[in-house]
Amino acid sequence: MNALVPVFDWDQVVVQPWSTDAAFTAWIVLMGFLVASACGLVGNYLLLRRMALVGDAVSHSMLLGLVVVFLIFREVSTPVMFLAAAATGMLTVGVVEFIHRQSRVKPDAAICIAFTTFFALGVVLLSLAEVGGPVHIDAECVLYGEIALVALEPPLVLGGMELGPPSVLRMGGVLAGVVVLVVVFYKELLVSSFDAGLARSIGLRTGVWHYGLMAALSLVIVAAFEAVGAILAVAMLIVPPMAAAEMSERLPGRLAWTVGHAALSALLGFHLSVWLACSAAGAMVVAGAGLFVLACSVRWLIRKTGKVVSASVI
Amino acid sequence: MKRAFFFLLSFFLLISAAQAARISEVVEVSMLDQALRFFSFQDPSVRYALAGSLLLGLCCGLMGSFLVVRRLALMGDALSHAVLPGVALGFLWNMTKDPLAIFIGATASGLLGAGTVHVLRQTTKHKEDAALGFVLASFYGAGICLFTMIQNRPGGSKAGLDKFMFGQAAAMGPGDVLLLGGVTGACVLVLALLFKEFRLASFDPGFARAVGLPVRALQAGLMLLLAFAIVASLQAVGVVLVTAMLVIPAAAAYLLTDRLGTMLLLSAGFGMAAGGLGAFGSFVGRNLPTGPFMVLAASAVFVLALAFGPRHGITARWWRQRCRVARVRRENMLKAVYHVLEDADFSGDQAGVAALAARRRMAPREIQKLLEEVRDSGDVTLAGDNVAFTPQGWQRACEIVRNHRLWELYLTHAAQVAPDHVHDDAEAVEHLLGEETVRKLEKRLNYARRDPHGKLIPGLGDIAPGRPSGRATGFGGGGEGRP
Repeated sequence: MNALVPVFDWDQVVVQPWSTDAAFTAWIVLMGFLVASACGLVGNYLLLRRMALVGDAVSHSMLLGLVVVFLIFREVSTPVMFLAAAATGMLTVGVVEFIHRQSRVKPDAAICIAFTTFFALGVVLLSLAEVGGPVHIDAECVLYGEIALVALEPPLVLGGMELGPPSVLRMGGVLAGVVVLVVVFYKELLVSSFDAGLARSIGLRTGVWHYGLMAALSLVIVAAFEAVGAILAVAMLIVPPMAAAEMSERLPGRLAWTVGHAALSALLGFHLSVWLACSAAGAMVVAGAGLFVLACSVRWLIRKTGKVVSASVI
Repeated sequence: MKRAFFFLLSFFLLISAAQAARISEVVEVSMLDQALRFFSFQDPSVRYALAGSLLLGLCCGLMGSFLVVRRLALMGDALSHAVLPGVALGFLWNMTKDPLAIFIGATASGLLGAGTVHVLRQTTKHKEDAALGFVLASFYGAGICLFTMIQNRPGGSKAGLDKFMFGQAAAMGPGDVLLLGGVTGACVLVLALLFKEFRLASFDPGFARAVGLPVRALQAGLMLLLAFAIVASLQAVGVVLVTAMLVIPAAAAYLLTDRLGTMLLLSAGFGMAAGGLGAFGSFVGRNLPTGPFMVLAASAVFVLALAFGPRHGITARWWRQRCRVARVRRENMLKAVYHVLEDADFSGDQAGVAALAARRRMAPREIQKLLEEVRDSGDVTLAGDNVAFTPQGWQRACEIVRNHRLWELYLTHAAQVAPDHVHDDAEAVEHLLGEETVRKLEKRLNYARRDPHGKLIPGLGDIAPGRPSGRATGFGGGGEGRP
């Protein structure tokens, strides 16, 4: 039991990764940061809409969409995959809404029903398709979505310049897209998330924004998938915005804290994984959760001391 | 990109490979033989898989009912992920897959997860969904870390641990079935003994507290049983699909009944049916993995309940809606006939189609069609272009007109609505007022005889069948001789 946690060695855990293997380390931390911040920015709006677990549902049912697309096209390119992801995400949300509008089943149960059914259907389809020919199964770490594989990808070369691992570039593109969307449609997203009634009354089409957000969510999830795996992508959707909500009451502040939290948890998580020799993606989530607990206690302390101060003033 | 997709696909293939372990190793048999083999129960693997699936369906169905009625479905999801670190810790206890150690570790970790949700709800401003999502994600992340740590240790082959994440109903042994049987027995026993208490604490915690029930202890007990059920089922169906087995049969039962007791029985039955079908399907189909097939069977039951449930199903609701629309349509026609007769001061007892068409601003052909519909329900008789009430139709028409005018009067008198604003509202309410409400309204309005527009309100005496004289007085003698 005691051999499980190695002795903490500052030099080995913190110094060496940045001195001997700087590029490797940098790509992994960068990928972790990109995934966590892209997921976190979208997650802020999910949290405001009390839809945190819809991300969970969408990420699971993604399997069905990808399998169906694969069965139809046999060959899958980025745009097709993204399209399939967006379609599946919106289909899931649509089915959830259908179930709880058309019957007395509550939304939470409807979410569970929809995504587990889609997931099961995907698995069954996969196992039926598998009969066609044996598919090579790659490293076991893919099971958990191993972020360290990112650094091993052959870098994308464009015009003689080495740009970096393609999945990092893709994730960067998705993050850039999310940032642009958040900046351009800041007002619309803000109003429709905080007060759907007001949004409707000033002429916003809340349904469009709702489904647009779901499409963005699906794209972020599908891009984050290979790096961190389905459920850890959900963690990146929920944990950074929760920590940010502890730090700030206002949306711009929250968005900024989300990015900061993402960067910190990617960095801390990486070193945690080096220390404990465990999955980097899992460690990033654990680090993020730890930061959330820290944020909670800081807030609690501030409130406590604030009370003491105000009491002594009186 | 191709490579990325390949990773994704292999990720899922690994899942399915874990899940797709077949019950049957025999490949070259026809489906019928295979089915016969299944029902002969000769293979011990068939017996274990079937027994395990049935027990799992029973146990999950029972516990899931409480999740569904208390809106805790996502709690099941969160709990099933939160047990993962406990599974790893239980394995670490002595580096073997000791079922008891793993069971204890997983249950403790699940309860810790439930406790964390509670603490987050109490001490932070985060909503239920965020708290659940946090527990689900962070516990799962910790579980993954522990799994990979074990895997990197000498002697820590994690091959056996994957089973908990993705489930293998086909590979259930006597020990697993015994464990499931024990947990199911405990659930059934506790629910049977404390059914009334659980019901009260679930539906009305405030009242339960007031009558002195230990609500918190009951809720904690429910969570404990739930954690037991999840941990025991995990080996068979895995993390994702155990939620499905908890929620889907219970949701199907929820659509079919309004009583918790019936719901528990139905849900347990559905769960067992799904479990049995899953075991059977994966044995006969050979390529169908057990867990997902089980879930699909449960989903099929849910879809049937959603579509054809007698009270809450979509078809039933649609049919009720249709009947209501048809009734309103007929009643509006009856009212129009009444109005036409009234315009003629009840001098004749027949209304013409042309007059009705003018009154309702519709084409005579449409009026004719509507009248035929009303005739088919026995409210009027048709003779060429003329229409006359049957006694039953006369009564209903009077009721509708009375409801309409009473409501107008009520709105102008009691709610101070302007007389020219009350018609539309009354137009909708006239079809809904029951006799009891009408009596109250009449009393409240001092049995008034005239509506705000000065028209007569046909009273009780006018519309009671078989009392034509009473009706005649109501219309100042204008209605004599009418059926």
